[in-house]
Amino acid sequence: MHARTKFLGAAIMVVGTVGYLMATGIKDTGMYFLTPSELAAHVERDPSFRNVGVKMGARVVTGSIQRDVASQTITFTVTDGRQTYPVVYRGLAPDTFTDDVDVVVEGRLMPDGTFRATTLLAKCGSRYESVPQA
Amino acid sequence: MTVLGQIALWLALLIAGWGVVTGLLGASGRRPDLIRSARRTAYALAGLLTVAAASLVTALLRRDFNVEYVAAYTSRTLPTVYTLSAFYGGQAGSLLFWAFVLSLFGAAAQWLTPRRYEGLMPHVAAVTAGVTLFFVAVILFASNPFDRLPFTPADGQGLNPQLQNPGMVVHPPMLYLGYISITIPFAFAVAALVSRRLDTGWLHAIRRWTLLSWTLLSIGITLGMWWAYVELGWGGYWAWDPVENASFLPWLTMTAFLHSVMIQEKRGMLKRWNVVLITLSFVLSIFGTFITRSGIISSVHSFTQSNVGYFFLAFLVLIIVGSGLLLWSRLPQLQTEARLESALSRESSFFFNNLLLVGMAFSVLWGTLFPILSEWVRGTKVTVGPPFFNQVNIPIGLALLALTGIGPLIAWRKASPENLKRQFAAPVAAGLITAVLLAALRFSDFYAGVAVSLAAFVVTTIAQEFVRGVGARHRLHGEQYALAFVRLVGRNRRRYGGYVVHLGIVTYFVAFAGMAFKTEMEASLKPGESTVMKSPFGHTYTFTHLGVSQFDMLNRWVTAASVELSRDGKRLGVMKSEKRQHFTCTVSMSPCPAAFRRQSFEPSTEAGIRSDLREDVYIVFAGSVAGTEEAVYRFTLNPLVWWVWFGGAILVAGGVIVMWPGTGPTPASRRRAMAGYRVELVGSATNA
Repeated sequence: MHARTKFLGAAIMVVGTVGYLMATGIKDTGMYFLTPSELAAHVERDPSFRNVGVKMGARVVTGSIQRDVASQTITFTVTDGRQTYPVVYRGLAPDTFTDDVDVVVEGRLMPDGTFRATTLLAKCGSRYESVPQA
Repeated sequence: MTVLGQIALWLALLIAGWGVVTGLLGASGRRPDLIRSARRTAYALAGLLTVAAASLVTALLRRDFNVEYVAAYTSRTLPTVYTLSAFYGGQAGSLLFWAFVLSLFGAAAQWLTPRRYEGLMPHVAAVTAGVTLFFVAVILFASNPFDRLPFTPADGQGLNPQLQNPGMVVHPPMLYLGYISITIPFAFAVAALVSRRLDTGWLHAIRRWTLLSWTLLSIGITLGMWWAYVELGWGGYWAWDPVENASFLPWLTMTAFLHSVMIQEKRGMLKRWNVVLITLSFVLSIFGTFITRSGIISSVHSFTQSNVGYFFLAFLVLIIVGSGLLLWSRLPQLQTEARLESALSRESSFFFNNLLLVGMAFSVLWGTLFPILSEWVRGTKVTVGPPFFNQVNIPIGLALLALTGIGPLIAWRKASPENLKRQFAAPVAAGLITAVLLAALRFSDFYAGVAVSLAAFVVTTIAQEFVRGVGARHRLHGEQYALAFVRLVGRNRRRYGGYVVHLGIVTYFVAFAGMAFKTEMEASLKPGESTVMKSPFGHTYTFTHLGVSQFDMLNRWVTAASVELSRDGKRLGVMKSEKRQHFTCTVSMSPCPAAFRRQSFEPSTEAGIRSDLREDVYIVFAGSVAGTEEAVYRFTLNPLVWWVWFGGAILVAGGVIVMWPGTGPTPASRRRAMAGYRVELVGSATNA
């Protein structure tokens, strides 16, 4: 029995550690994933929400993309149909980033109402499938 | 031709149903005629699904754009090899690929399994037929590659350019073969439970299958990393993307299973746990297919339009509930035969290995599903990214790495102080010396330092085993060292093949540790301008922009930028990175006249990579400034990437050594394997 107890004690410690790592991992790195309308609602309810980094999933408004290659800055507008935000992103955009695609931007909302993004992900409808041609 | 495929699928549906019924009834009613019939369905399914697969291949090769699937994934300008890989490039085709390969595996299981396991085979036939039934049903009722369009388009839409890469031709089938082959061990587990043949027989029957699945999954995952690295252009090989995680999950549970099986074989413990692990692996392989194909997590909007997802969910629930109840009803027959005698023993180290592997799998699953779970529970989607997975998995991974060295060497039952000293004195010393050296060199990353020190520890345990084994043969038989080495490995393939696999794992860890020192910079350069980067190994790299050129290829417009690379003032050569815009052709002419080209897909990037044993130089051309030859680049220095691919090769070599046909798991070989260093004596007597 002695060995069993020792083993169980160690096992509980291992499980506890894994659980602790997971809980703190989610607390430290978890991020709200919001649509523009949800973000607007959150900010309206609690203005300090601007200081929280969030991810926002929305669609790029066609024709809104402006690239300044020299400063590597991209500005564009995203929308979910109800709420629209201008986005400023500095860095290289992924290949799939173009008009009317769904993007996920990570960053925070500035006091002037622009969304300053630190990462930009663009996705087509399905990972490996072609966008149907119009 | 597609009519033939359709007919084959409908027949397969009926026959798979027949296989399930006859397999179960035949075994329970002891009706030899039904049993024979059930086993024959495995062959019939293989034949029919081969016909279906062949007819899809024919449609693809004939570029029959009236078939929706062919039009959606190929085009006139698509090279033949990628036209073939379009078979599994889309949802409907990949489902057919699943069913087809499963039917081949099912038939192989009936054909190759030795007669002494005959009692299990009707149920095995029933389970493989059941899983085939599911896939054929999904194809016929939700996602059929033989569906036709009301008109015939002039050209197809082509294959996503990111899939037009040699890695992508072999990566998905390898991964799928890994996923699919887990069905066979699962089928044996169910067979053992239903037929109450719960001795270790079923474990011996599936030994090669589990190793095969595990090796194929390893190859698939490594090729996936390679593809992501060369094709996606973000400079890394693993991003904890849901699809990547989905392939990692069954690999973790299969790894746990491969280890815990040994405890059941040698000590009669962990019987229930092994059934749980193999079921879990099968469930996760279906889940992986589901994640990859339904896009439930990866796409911004959940669920895709097709109802394939619901089929998969229902099937997953059915398997989990069904096997859970079955296991529950057999619990009394799965009593453990031994108790843990000491916390310092091989049993105990294997328990911890299992605990950590499953804990890792759980955390990866949790992180992958967290966006969905948080939305259900709290109404707001919360995502976790690579930081979460790294924070949780690096410590667990390092603990596992330590066990890689401890597990194989520590004594069964109870380790004595002499055993510990004999086995671990040198390895622990090697690990500590490495750690001290790294500290003296001001190695800056803590986890990477721990990983490298543990790697030194594990490599020393492995080297010690080989040296002692070869030395023993040399002394006892007077064999030359080379011969002694070959015989040592050849006659204890499971043990020494296992060490080789461990060596591969250690290599991965060292390579992963290297990525902690990845450095990157972005620069905008006019032709002739240079920028300088310092590498983690202390080299100075100079990148000189040469210029931008534009040209056409078979199916794409290309903009290429070139850089001259030198290291520490010495010229190494020219590197090139391309931006590609693919097009399809609205007329059937080759080459396609400029006026008939239609842009397809988003542009894609071809990274320039220069690899050596120390570090990779990875360049990405991001675009040129306002039509001039001034180019924007991202330069990345990735340490030790080459060792990831090399680790994969070692690991596969180890897997092949263990699987290599030869001595079966006879009682004699099991006794020999347990006898440690007396192996050679008995082995030479029987082989003389």
